[in-house]
Amino acid sequence: MSSISPQDIKKEFFKSKMGIAGIIILTILISTSLVTITTIPVETFQEWNNPGSWMEYPKAATPVWVNLFLIEKIPEHKILTQPKVEDFSNNEINLSAYQFSFNFEYDQFPNDFIYSYSAKYSDSPLLEMSVIRPDGIKLKLISSALPYSSTDTIHEDKIFSTDAMLKKELVLQNDKFDFNIEKLSAEKIVFSKAETNEPLKGNYAFVIEMFEIGKKSEIIESDLIIGGKAFGIMGTDELRRDLAIGLLWGTPLALFIGLVVSIASVIMGLIYGVYSGFKGKKTDEALMRFNDVIYALPALPFLIILSVTISNSIFVMIGFLMIFGWVGIAKVSRSMSLQIKTRGYVEAAAMMGQKDSKMIFKHILPQLLPYAFASVAISVPAAITTEAGLSFLGLGDPSFPTWGQILHDANTFGAAARGLWWWIVPPGVMIAITGLAFVFIGNALDSIINPKLKR
Amino acid sequence: MTISNNIISYFYQKSLLSMKRYIAKRAATMFGVLLITLLITIMLVGSNMDTILKQGVVFQVRSEITENPEIAQSFSSVQEFEEYIQDRTDERIKTLGLDEPWYSPQRIGLTMYKIILLDFGQATFLTSDVGSSDVKDIIFEKLPRTILLFTTATILISIIGIFVGALSASKIGSTVDRITSSFAIISSSFPVWWIGMLMIFLFAFTYQIFPARATPDILPSDPEYIGSLLYHMTLPLITIVMIGFGSWAYLVRNFMVGIMQEDFITAKKAIGIKQSKITYTHALKNAAPPIVTILALSLSGSLGGAIITEAVFDWPGMGRLYFEAITVMDLPVIIGATYILTVFFLVSIFIADLLYGYFDPRIRTNTE
Repeated sequence: MSSISPQDIKKEFFKSKMGIAGIIILTILISTSLVTITTIPVETFQEWNNPGSWMEYPKAATPVWVNLFLIEKIPEHKILTQPKVEDFSNNEINLSAYQFSFNFEYDQFPNDFIYSYSAKYSDSPLLEMSVIRPDGIKLKLISSALPYSSTDTIHEDKIFSTDAMLKKELVLQNDKFDFNIEKLSAEKIVFSKAETNEPLKGNYAFVIEMFEIGKKSEIIESDLIIGGKAFGIMGTDELRRDLAIGLLWGTPLALFIGLVVSIASVIMGLIYGVYSGFKGKKTDEALMRFNDVIYALPALPFLIILSVTISNSIFVMIGFLMIFGWVGIAKVSRSMSLQIKTRGYVEAAAMMGQKDSKMIFKHILPQLLPYAFASVAISVPAAITTEAGLSFLGLGDPSFPTWGQILHDANTFGAAARGLWWWIVPPGVMIAITGLAFVFIGNALDSIINPKLKR
Repeated sequence: MTISNNIISYFYQKSLLSMKRYIAKRAATMFGVLLITLLITIMLVGSNMDTILKQGVVFQVRSEITENPEIAQSFSSVQEFEEYIQDRTDERIKTLGLDEPWYSPQRIGLTMYKIILLDFGQATFLTSDVGSSDVKDIIFEKLPRTILLFTTATILISIIGIFVGALSASKIGSTVDRITSSFAIISSSFPVWWIGMLMIFLFAFTYQIFPARATPDILPSDPEYIGSLLYHMTLPLITIVMIGFGSWAYLVRNFMVGIMQEDFITAKKAIGIKQSKITYTHALKNAAPPIVTILALSLSGSLGGAIITEAVFDWPGMGRLYFEAITVMDLPVIIGATYILTVFFLVSIFIADLLYGYFDPRIRTNTE
């Protein structure tokens, strides 16, 4: 194993298809992580568990691309933030109109619609909301005066499609429809054909008008949400969180956990094993007995007890995972160092009176490096799946959106029973792909170091 | 895949020791590990445990008095009654040795002694299916179910694994070999519990073939219970076997490949013995020692991994018990279950050692 030079390993490695596949997947994962860290605002990560910051998103929505495979299109969730603004002035009366236009071409009604705004005014302006439908019918939705204020004030409010005033207003316009709309909810009236109660496709325009006498008032911020059942590339979960963001943040986290745990365990195991083998005699005996003890500890029950009693912070967990990670590597590197120790040049160095530490670091450890690299690669998947498993049991760090955490939430909300496959499949696939990249690399390295297995 | 590392290391080490010394040493180490595991567990949950035990004593004293109306009537005032209870509680706490802090050597020694004798005390919240809150009853009710599921799975895995592994070792580089190897590698990176979730999604909800919860919905006393249990077992069993046999086949294949390169196999080929006969009799026989050893190891290893799998499938065994105990912090159950899991783990490591010693003549004949 030690007669292979690093150049040879590199050459051999790039000859193996598996190794190249592993490197390609890993490169994709690393670039995904980098893109995530640099482009997605950190707030999304910190606010992952804060339901308030996901209010605008739909509940348990499918990914939008699902529509490509469906004949009956599911309505997409729309968040419109850029209205077309027009100002009119007629003598005393000032009018500002804000118009949201969008194309609705789905075969189901939307869930609801919500208009949220913050208006700057003084006195008491009148706010009117109406919708111009593709068939030309204009429906008046609401008309209300904003609360009176003698000074300049900023008023924030939301208009929901479930509003009783809005419903009343719609019922008054029953004559525009050929059927009775009294028992229907607002979105099923607004988006319905006039003849039958079926979704009407085409361009809709929601118009919000502010009237005021004399003074000028304006809406500073406003957005219109057409609640749909499909959202984003990866859909959303029960808590309205955008799963694409969770999955993206999971990538750097998984790589971090996997690499830190495996690199640290390999370094610990390597030094421990080599020192034990090199020293021999009583030291070796004592160190190996301790190694046996750790080896025989049941890892998962212990990890569970530790995370429950001490801390479930992700960094402490990484430490716990290391405790159980270094044992096997220590055993192998010990027996390897026992062999290397007897080689001529090591014995010569010992005779020349070189220091132990120098001999270990200069003569023995470098020989074990290929093995160490293979071990790092091979032990990453175990670290990632163990962490995911603990998170899945609900023992992970809840403040980090790891893949295991997402699966835990999916299980808690009964995603399997409710058919929310987009909540279950992607996190697991990501875990598997990440594991696979390292297994590929590890196996490619392994077959170079142990050529016997290759044939 | 880290398992294979451990196993390799394990074989390196084995050949260096002679059999008897070796058994004695292993037994001593195992017992040491058992004690250390217990000690660590008690350390981690000790302080909470103490409070619970004391509350238990107070409860016991109170219920004894209320059950016995003569004593209850003999008190003239509430104060007297409370004092009496206080005295009895203190007395009992002292006899039980609970007046000392939980970390005192006597307390820890006593607790460990009790646990070694399988006296785990009463569970705080959990009960067995028949209603007993004795931790021992609970554990011994769940244990057979875990063994049923995971031992069956491991046996199926090893049979399929040995067969497929031998097949691909006899045709290295063939399509079968490639498929086996890639399946092994791919399946090893999927978490079993995630595949479990998918299987539940597919075969319990989308196509309603199997039940989603693996807990049978009838009582264990019902004669149809066994049948129902087996039906509920199918989905977890399929999942575990599907994910498990690949890496087994790969391991067997690699052992076999090593043996197929030995001179005696080449010689057998040269004298014209059929390839299939060489593979399934001569080569497989020589690959047996490591295979049997790994079988022993994985039988116990499966019990440890059972926690998450059982939680997913809701299989009423040790793993789910452990998970439930953790969720409600039922400490006696946690300690008891950890102990039992450790014992199983250690026993099978020990058996694996013995088997390896039995199969490897270098250890048996006491020569190195």
